[in-house]
Amino acid sequence: MSLPFLLEIGTEEIPDWMIPGALESLGELFAGLGIPASDVKLDATPRRLVLRAQGLPERLPDTEERVMGPPRAANPKAVEGFARKLGVHPEDLAVESTGKGEYYTYLRKVGGGKVIDILAEALPGIVLKIAFPKTMYWTGKGGPRFIRPIRWIVALLGSDVVPFELAGVQSGSESSGHRRLSRDRKGAVPVTIDTYEQTLRDNFVILSADARRQKIEDEIAALHIRLKPDPALLETLVYLTEFPSPIVGEFDPQFLALPEEVLITVMRHHQKYFSVEDGSGHLAPLFVAVMNTNADPEGLVRRGNERVLRARFNDARFFWQADQRKKLADRVADLAHVTFQAKLGSYLEKTDRVVALVKELGGDECAQRAARLAKADLTTELVKEFTELQGVVGGLYARAQGEPDEVWQAVYDHYKPESMEDSIPRHMAARLVSLADKLDTLRGCFRVGMAPTGSRDPFALRRAAQGVVKIIVEGGMSVPLLALIADDPQLPEFFAERVKFYFRDVRGFAYDEVNAAMAAGWGDLPELEARLLRLQEIRPSPDFEPLAASFRRIENILRQAAFTGGAFSPSLLEPGPESDLFDEINRSAGQPIESVIGALRPKVDLFFDKVLVNAPDPAVRANRMAMLHGLLEQFRTFADFSEIVTNS
Amino acid sequence: MESFQEIIFKLKAYWAARGCIIQEPYDVEVGAGTMCPETFLRVLGPRPYRVAYVQPSRRPADGRYGENPNRLYKHSQLQVILKPSPADVIEQYLGSLEAVGIDLRQHDIKFEEDNWEAPTLGAWGVGWQVMLDGLEITQFTYFQQCGGIDLDVVPAELTYGLERLTAFLQVKDSVYDIEWATGFSYGDVRLADELQFSVYNFEMAEVDTLWKLFDLHEGEAARLLAAYPKSTEEAAQKARFPLLPAYDQVLKCSNLFNTLDSRGAISVTERVGVIQRVRKLAVGVAHAWADQQGEAQ
Repeated sequence: MSLPFLLEIGTEEIPDWMIPGALESLGELFAGLGIPASDVKLDATPRRLVLRAQGLPERLPDTEERVMGPPRAANPKAVEGFARKLGVHPEDLAVESTGKGEYYTYLRKVGGGKVIDILAEALPGIVLKIAFPKTMYWTGKGGPRFIRPIRWIVALLGSDVVPFELAGVQSGSESSGHRRLSRDRKGAVPVTIDTYEQTLRDNFVILSADARRQKIEDEIAALHIRLKPDPALLETLVYLTEFPSPIVGEFDPQFLALPEEVLITVMRHHQKYFSVEDGSGHLAPLFVAVMNTNADPEGLVRRGNERVLRARFNDARFFWQADQRKKLADRVADLAHVTFQAKLGSYLEKTDRVVALVKELGGDECAQRAARLAKADLTTELVKEFTELQGVVGGLYARAQGEPDEVWQAVYDHYKPESMEDSIPRHMAARLVSLADKLDTLRGCFRVGMAPTGSRDPFALRRAAQGVVKIIVEGGMSVPLLALIADDPQLPEFFAERVKFYFRDVRGFAYDEVNAAMAAGWGDLPELEARLLRLQEIRPSPDFEPLAASFRRIENILRQAAFTGGAFSPSLLEPGPESDLFDEINRSAGQPIESVIGALRPKVDLFFDKVLVNAPDPAVRANRMAMLHGLLEQFRTFADFSEIVTNS
Repeated sequence: MESFQEIIFKLKAYWAARGCIIQEPYDVEVGAGTMCPETFLRVLGPRPYRVAYVQPSRRPADGRYGENPNRLYKHSQLQVILKPSPADVIEQYLGSLEAVGIDLRQHDIKFEEDNWEAPTLGAWGVGWQVMLDGLEITQFTYFQQCGGIDLDVVPAELTYGLERLTAFLQVKDSVYDIEWATGFSYGDVRLADELQFSVYNFEMAEVDTLWKLFDLHEGEAARLLAAYPKSTEEAAQKARFPLLPAYDQVLKCSNLFNTLDSRGAISVTERVGVIQRVRKLAVGVAHAWADQQGEAQ
């Protein structure tokens, strides 16, 4: 007989962003038990992680497991130790031949037994192994750790409770409904496997995240207003609620005089509201909040949220107006009192360096002006309040204070790209300021010994370098990158990794193509990109990989002979394949690679087929190597083909 | 409509009925109820404790001369410590909101992750900000560490923002319009504090004097800590050793640090160093206190 299974771990509210990962972890741990099951379903709300499965057997059969011991030649003490660990005598062990020699082995009986017992034994460990980014203890020092306190556990196999205890909680068959809408305020909602989901629904808990998402989307659709799309916020709300219900609120249209960026940040980051657009794509004086309850018949929740938003907008307006009393340009001097980093001095010093670097990179007056103003918004109240708006706020103030478009836009954009999905700054002045700012941070941090180590990268230097690479490539900029990072011995290698990452993981080039193209130089990133695109283009041609394999062979030959160059004399060439290859090499000189590989490949193949490089005559041998060396050199500025991984 | 003080009475009565000692505010300036010895020291060690008190909390940098309707130099926290935290702690907490007249079936309540950390106290915990119709009304924390010590027993700390809660209940847009008691608004009682302390903290506090005071209080705390008996044979001296006065000196340092900060007298670089100085004293007191209490058992 096969049985359905239900595990519900009831907790206090789990942080929304951790829930999907925790479910995945729970699923893997359950699969690791090795109990056959079908239709494994994982669901969660903020207060419960749930695993349901069908088709569990009542019993698991006994099985045998082969345990490998020491080699036959091992010290008898080691053999005894092995036997003792298994609780048997050395004479019970077998000796078996394996690929690596003869080894002691033992066939251990693994007791099957009732699945309910196996689950009761294993589940506490599984629950506590669920991976969370941060855990806590609550029953006292040394007690179990979980993301938040566990308050109830439902564990049912068929109609039987799988009995176990965890953190002082006894498993049972009573779940808990919505904190306030549940029929039973004290929790205690008896469930069976068959009716579980419906029982929760009756108690205002929608178990499925998809169903909660759908409910939010459907009810918003019924409002006939247009939201600014925000999938990340939607996910947050899906996992922050057990019974989500959207409501619309209004705010005073006079707040629309504030920049949209500020209004949206307040709504999104601080209140978790969706913003609403009017027909022309501008912000409407409305917002959508998602409640964790069923209805707001008297508008109490709506009015409460409206009041909170009004207070926050009032704050933002207060800061916006107060900040305007002192121009951005007049704030630059105040940056002397804002530390960039203890060992790297103030933001004023950084500003001076960035301005100089922008100039060095050929930035015009506008770019230099933007570099001078870029960090001044760090002294404004609005940025102190909404740090995520740094740069943007500076740009907005610069615009309001009459700075030219080039300037305010460069200030606005200079933190971009914030991620690899983000776009690069919109124009040259902005790109130069962004580049110079990031390069200055990188050079400074490396100089004072703050290079990232392992997963520790507190100054987000990898992201900064990644941004530099992205801007140069996608901006098609001619920037002497290697010269700019030459002062630090670690930086070129650090950047090489970032360049690789960018082309491989962001742009999707094959790793061996990236290695091959970078081996021919990467100081000029747009040029590297152009070569990579060409390499990608010729890769599928039938001549390419065989030729690449031949190039690797040539490299090996030259390396083994420690050949680094030498005189070449056409008079030493033998007629036939050798001369033919030489002629082909001459013909292809200076030609783009796309047009030569078709003709070159058969000549190279034939040469290796018919001609012995390691000729008995040392002069002939050296001459052949010089010719092959010349062939490699010809393509050295395009790519190192020996890096290409081939099947042959 | 409940007045500010009636809401406080009700909350105190609610928690008193659940076994809490009702304490009065601590009489040394603090930035938060957590810093009072009733929390900072009582959460250490294995002994159960339950306490609730209103603590006026001073945040010099948050002053706005009484002009901003939502920001205060000095606001009032209701601090509740339940050690150990009961299994139904959230239900008890929600019950307290109902006790002040909030019908939670008609409102939206959410628990949003918000972990708390106080670097100057070597303390941290995990928990939530409790959102009522989009308004943060309570900080809920399970302490994990205090004074750099892993806690034996995990307390729940509930910190209610009383002005916000009252503004919510009285439907007031400005904290100054809250009715404190019949015939008296919050502004009547507190506006002068807000204005005068803003002027002092932002404009007139004498930086050199504050630094001198900081050094003096730090020195006094350090002197006491250095004198705390180390040997286990000195049980009698340990038991009477003045650690509570030493901690008062730490609180003085903390408040001076905040005032200097609001005066713009601490650069970001210095900041880390000064936090370390206060933290070292706080951690020192916490360890000595744990030792003293252990001896007393």
